[in-house]
Amino acid sequence: MNLKLRQKKKKRNWKHFVPYYIMALPGFTYLLINNYIPLYGLQLAFKQFSFKLGISGSQWIAFKNFRFLFASNDATIMIRNTLLYNLFWIFLNVLIGLSVAILFNEIVNKRAKKFYQTTILLPHLMSMVVIAYLVYAYLAPSTGFINNTILAGLGLEKVNWYADAKYWPFILTFVHQWRGVGFGMLLYLSSILGIDSSYYEAATIDGATKWQQIRKITLPLVKPTIIMLVILGIGQIFRSDFGLFYQVPMNQGALYGTTQTIDTYVYRALMVNNNYGMSAAASFLQSVVGFVFIVTANAIVSKVDRKSSLF
Amino acid sequence: MNFAEQKRWQIASHIVMAILSALALLPFILLIISSFTDDRVALLNGYSYWPEKFSLEAYQYIWENSNVFFRAYGVTVVVTFIGVIANVGLTSLTAYVLAKRDLPGVKILNFLVVFTMLFNGGLVATYVSYVTIFGIKNTIFALLVPNLLMNAFMIMLVRNYFEHSIPVEIYESARIDGANEFLIFFRLVLPLGTPILATVGLMNGIAYWNDWQNSLHYVDDKALYSIQAVLNAINESVSVLASLGTSSGVSAADLPSTTIRMAVAVVGILPILILYPFFQKYFAKGLMAGSVKG
Repeated sequence: MNLKLRQKKKKRNWKHFVPYYIMALPGFTYLLINNYIPLYGLQLAFKQFSFKLGISGSQWIAFKNFRFLFASNDATIMIRNTLLYNLFWIFLNVLIGLSVAILFNEIVNKRAKKFYQTTILLPHLMSMVVIAYLVYAYLAPSTGFINNTILAGLGLEKVNWYADAKYWPFILTFVHQWRGVGFGMLLYLSSILGIDSSYYEAATIDGATKWQQIRKITLPLVKPTIIMLVILGIGQIFRSDFGLFYQVPMNQGALYGTTQTIDTYVYRALMVNNNYGMSAAASFLQSVVGFVFIVTANAIVSKVDRKSSLF
Repeated sequence: MNFAEQKRWQIASHIVMAILSALALLPFILLIISSFTDDRVALLNGYSYWPEKFSLEAYQYIWENSNVFFRAYGVTVVVTFIGVIANVGLTSLTAYVLAKRDLPGVKILNFLVVFTMLFNGGLVATYVSYVTIFGIKNTIFALLVPNLLMNAFMIMLVRNYFEHSIPVEIYESARIDGANEFLIFFRLVLPLGTPILATVGLMNGIAYWNDWQNSLHYVDDKALYSIQAVLNAINESVSVLASLGTSSGVSAADLPSTTIRMAVAVVGILPILILYPFFQKYFAKGLMAGSVKG
C-alpha cells in the first residue's frame, strides 16, 4: 500500500516535471548546435581537412599540423604577443580601473558624475570597426591628425604608423585602455560602493587624511575584487580581443610582429590563407590550453571567494 | 581630514574625470568635423578640428548611394529585433528551468551550460561545423545564430534573479490555483523578471547591432550586409562603396575618398549616439550586472 502510494506519487511527480524539460528544449538545442557539435570539429587539428571530404571524411595525419605550426615562426610570435599583452593589461586594468573608480567616487556633484560616466562609457558602446575608423582619423599616414597637426606643429617628420610594428604595442595598449576605462571603473566602483560608509566617518573623526583612508580602508576592502579580477584575467590569458587586434591595425601585414595574436592568426590562416591544418592546430591549442588556465583560475577563485567563481 | 583637503580631492577628481571625458569624446568630434570637411582641404591638411573649408560633398555622395545604407540598416534592424526577442525568450526559459532546483537532472543541465563558458571548439571547429553541417553561409541565420543567440553568463545571471528575487510562494499559490507551468512562465515569471530581462535584452541588442564578426566569417553576399559589415568593407577600401551602390555614374576618381570614410562612420554610429543618453543608465547597469556575479 505504502509502496504503491509512493510509486504513484513518483509517477505524478515525473509528469509534473515534463513541462520543464519541454521548456529546456529550445535553449539546449541551441547549445548543442553552437557549442557541442563544434567540439566534434576539434579533431580537425589532427586531420588534413578538405571541405569536399567534410569533418569525418578527412584523413588523419596525427601531429603533422602541430609540427608545421611550430616549425614556423608564427607560433612563437602569436603566443608571445597574446601572453605579453594580456599580462601587461591585467596589471594596467587594475591600476587604471581602480584609480579612476576611487577618484570618481570622490565626486559629490551628481550631474557631473552622470556626465563623466556617460562619456567615458561611450567608447565601450562602439564596435571595433568604428574604433578602427576613429584611430585611422589620427594615424592615417598622409591625412591623419597626428602626422599633419601634432607632428607638423612640433616640426617633426611624419611617421608611417601603419607600416612600422614597433609603435603598435603602445597604440593598442592606449586604444584598449581608452575603450575599457569606463568599464574598468564600473567593476571597481560596485565594490567601493559596497563599503560601509561608517568606516570613513570614523576615520574622518579620528583625523585621518583622505590618502590614509584610501590606503587603510578602501584598498584592503577592495582587495578581494582585485584578486578575483586578476585571477579571472589570467584565466583568459590565452585569448585575445580579435576585434582590437584585427580591426585597429587595419589588417596590415607589416604589423603582424606586434599585432598578431592567436585569434587573428587562426582567422587569417583559416579564411585568408586557407591553411586549414595550421589554423585548426592553433585553434585546438587555444581551446585546450585556455581551458586549463580558466579551470585552474576558477579553482583558485573558489578557494578565495566561493561566490565569485564560475562553478 | 579638513575642508581644504576635501576640496583638493574634489578638484583633482574633477580634473582627471574631465580629461578622461574629453579623451572619450574628442575622437568622435574629429570624426564628425572631418566628415564635413572639404575633400581637397582634408587631403592637403589632413583631418582636423578646425578645417579651412567645410563641405557636404561626402554626405551628398552618401545620399546618392543611400540605398546601400538603408538596406544595411534594414538588415541590422531586422537581425537585432529578431535576435533580441529570440535571445530573451531562450535565456529566460533556460534560466527558469535551471532555477528549478528539485528538477531531476538539473545539475547535469547546469553543468552543460557552465561548461560552454570554460571550453569551446574555437573558430575553426565552429566555422567548419556551421558551414558544412548547417550550411549557414550567406543566409540570414549566419547573422542571427552563431554565438549571439544565447550566452551562458546571462543565463546564470537570470537564473540567480529567478531564484533569489522572486518569492517561491507566488509560484506555489498559482499552482494551487491550477495554473499550468507554461501559464505560470508567461503570466508570472516573464513579468516579474522584466528588470533583469530588459538588461539582458539591451546588452544583447547592442551585441547584435555592433556585430561584424559573423558577417566577416559567414557572409559575402552584399545583399546581406549589415551596417557594420558595410563599415568594415569600406574601411578595407573606400572604393567598395562604388561597387555596393547603384549610382554607377561616379567613377572611383571622383570619390571624395578622404572625407567619405568619416561620413560613412558618422552615418554608422548616428542612431546609437542619439539613443545613448536615453539608455546609458541601463547600459552601465548591464555592464555591472554582467561583470560581477552574485
